[in-house]
Amino acid sequence: MITAAERVNDDPPHPRSFVESGYNVKSWLFTIDHKRIGILYLISITFFFFIGGLAAVIIRLQLMTPTGNLVSSETYNKLFTTHGVIMVWFFLIPSIPNTLGNFLVPLMIGARDLAFPRLNLASWYIFMAGSTLTLASIVLGGVDTGWTFYPPYSSIFSNSYVMLAVIGIFINGFSSILTGLNFIITIHRMRAPGMTWSRLPLFIWSLYSTSMVMVLATPVLAITLALVGLERVFHIGIFNPALGGDPLLFQHLFWFYSHPAVYIMILPAMGVASELITCFARKPPFGYYFIAASSIAIGVLGFLVWGHHMFVSGQSMYGGVVFSFLSYMVAIPSAIKVFNWTATLHKGSVAWDTPMLYAMGFIGLFTIGGLTGLFLAALGLDIHVHDTYFVIAHFHYIMVGGAVMGYLGGIHYWWPKMTGRLYPEWWGRFSALMIFVGFNLTFFPQFILGYLGMPRRYHSYPTEFQVYHVMSTAGASILALGYLLPLTYLLWSLKYGPRAGKNPWGATGLEWQAESPPVTHNFELTPIVSEEPYTYVTGEQQVD
Amino acid sequence: MTEARAHLLEEQFDTLEQQHESCVQGMWLFLATEVLFFGGLIFSYIVYRYQYPREFMAGSHHLLMPLGAANTGVLLCSSLSMALAVRAAQSGQRGKLIFFLLLTMALGAAFLSIKGVEYATDWREGLVPGEHFMFASPDPQLDGRKVELFFYLYFAMTSLHAIHMLIGIGVLTVLTVLAWRRRFSPEKYTAVEVAGLYWHFVDIVWIFLFPLLYLIGHH
Repeated sequence: MITAAERVNDDPPHPRSFVESGYNVKSWLFTIDHKRIGILYLISITFFFFIGGLAAVIIRLQLMTPTGNLVSSETYNKLFTTHGVIMVWFFLIPSIPNTLGNFLVPLMIGARDLAFPRLNLASWYIFMAGSTLTLASIVLGGVDTGWTFYPPYSSIFSNSYVMLAVIGIFINGFSSILTGLNFIITIHRMRAPGMTWSRLPLFIWSLYSTSMVMVLATPVLAITLALVGLERVFHIGIFNPALGGDPLLFQHLFWFYSHPAVYIMILPAMGVASELITCFARKPPFGYYFIAASSIAIGVLGFLVWGHHMFVSGQSMYGGVVFSFLSYMVAIPSAIKVFNWTATLHKGSVAWDTPMLYAMGFIGLFTIGGLTGLFLAALGLDIHVHDTYFVIAHFHYIMVGGAVMGYLGGIHYWWPKMTGRLYPEWWGRFSALMIFVGFNLTFFPQFILGYLGMPRRYHSYPTEFQVYHVMSTAGASILALGYLLPLTYLLWSLKYGPRAGKNPWGATGLEWQAESPPVTHNFELTPIVSEEPYTYVTGEQQVD
Repeated sequence: MTEARAHLLEEQFDTLEQQHESCVQGMWLFLATEVLFFGGLIFSYIVYRYQYPREFMAGSHHLLMPLGAANTGVLLCSSLSMALAVRAAQSGQRGKLIFFLLLTMALGAAFLSIKGVEYATDWREGLVPGEHFMFASPDPQLDGRKVELFFYLYFAMTSLHAIHMLIGIGVLTVLTVLAWRRRFSPEKYTAVEVAGLYWHFVDIVWIFLFPLLYLIGHH
């Protein structure tokens, strides 16, 4: 491990870090420091992660037995809706961009803050307002439409708190838009001298692409949900076939946002993986330009594939063929990334620190998730597996196996930078392994379940499926413990963890030149970049 | 940089030019999100107009075209006045700036008043979708439900546009107060320019809405 090398044991006189700049509540709630706002987001989304996780735990307990005696079928519908809504909009989408991104974008490009710091704080308040309303809808009695809010069920028939949830998500959308806008302008205008586009860290490239998707896709979700809300209140049928409307139009508009939204979740995790693999293989990334360009390509192609969610919804067959073809195209930039990460490992001096374990888990699970996505993009096979547990397993491999592994890897990697403390390495590795095992035990059986014909969103099932469901529930229990462990030891490390120096991993990148934790305006002097990114010494020449 | 200019610069920026460029680019990007926001409605409009062309034409004939045309003129004038306000801010002419900001707001208010008259007429004629919707069809083959869909989109699009106008007038009010307090100078007028971009955008949205809603079927 490199960690001991630069550790500072006795505090030399140092400028006040962003944490020390104020301890009262006001100094946090009215801060415009991007690092503090990143921490505010970290706390908020961690809360929502465990709320969404709690719903998942009850779902898995219910599915232990074929008849499901724990909750009623109605409650079950509300549980999977809660799980989906919370995890998608209030955890996954803000996860890496709003915590790590907020904290790191200015640090990595050598800026003092984001371009619009007050807008950044406003974005957090908007997030809190939206999430509180949606949470209120759940506390008051829940929503039973599924996270997709398909009309006419959502607009006419559902007797649950659809309006409140929809308003919360509508408001929350503006938080996404403002964050994305802030990142794009910051990356364009605030780079330190010498930080050219071809020297940008790969994490920044991926966030740039993510921000573009956030900015261009989210408004469509907003207007679509507004139309559902109006239809519900005024009983007018833009999506209601009985009144001349077309439910398929909703699905087109919804997936025009929600498919790119999948890339909002996975692209930042890919950026994290690129950083981790380079650092812990002690090698410059293989094919920097290809990794950077594939992030942009995924963002662009992501806008052209929404119809693959609607192969069996009655959309035009020719439309289906085109969407199927375009969905296959996404595999190209995704595979470029996977091959480049693997090639980066080749002849590297690989160190198996906790973040690297997450990165390796990410590559494997993302690959499985991506390849099973191709099954679903195939017009014929999709008829067999659509709306089954195969789909559930597929997107959990992307969103949990991919996005959450990337998020946790990133949190561990940059934790010393954010807090100035090191976490206990043994516990870190142990829980990374536990999460990997628990995850696969939870979701791999679901591929089989789906292939055998178990539909999603059912609270009961024929007895022959029970063995897979029990495996899945057992895995989910391991997974849940695996998530509680980092929560515990990371909090513990805040007080008891050894102090991290500026650069505990011996990594390149401007953020590692700042103090840990950084001072309020990040750098004493604006850094000047004069070399290429990731200048790790390779092979035998390496000086450890 | 002189001391006098230093206080105009926010901490995160290095130069006033960087600050100005960031704000202008930020507004352009925000307008791109607005295009997609209205885009969802315009897309729905295209889909249904393609499916129900005759009903949409029949609905369009019930709109008050002269008032819509007058409003188009009013908005175009307001855009000219906004552009002159930006020019006045740029050249540091405080009196002119306040005058053109007030004129722009007045034209915006005139637009909203005319729109209000239209809405009131539509309401009396039973063209507001929902329980009270009444459409005396001249042709028994026309489906009133689908005409209602036209009016739904008409009200959704024009009221979303009107909300944007209201926000614009609110922003201009703040700018007028700031101009009154001498907060703008040829070195610092970014806020006026950015608000101008927004105002022109809202104007352009109407330039699209007017033919889409009022002019179909008028040959």
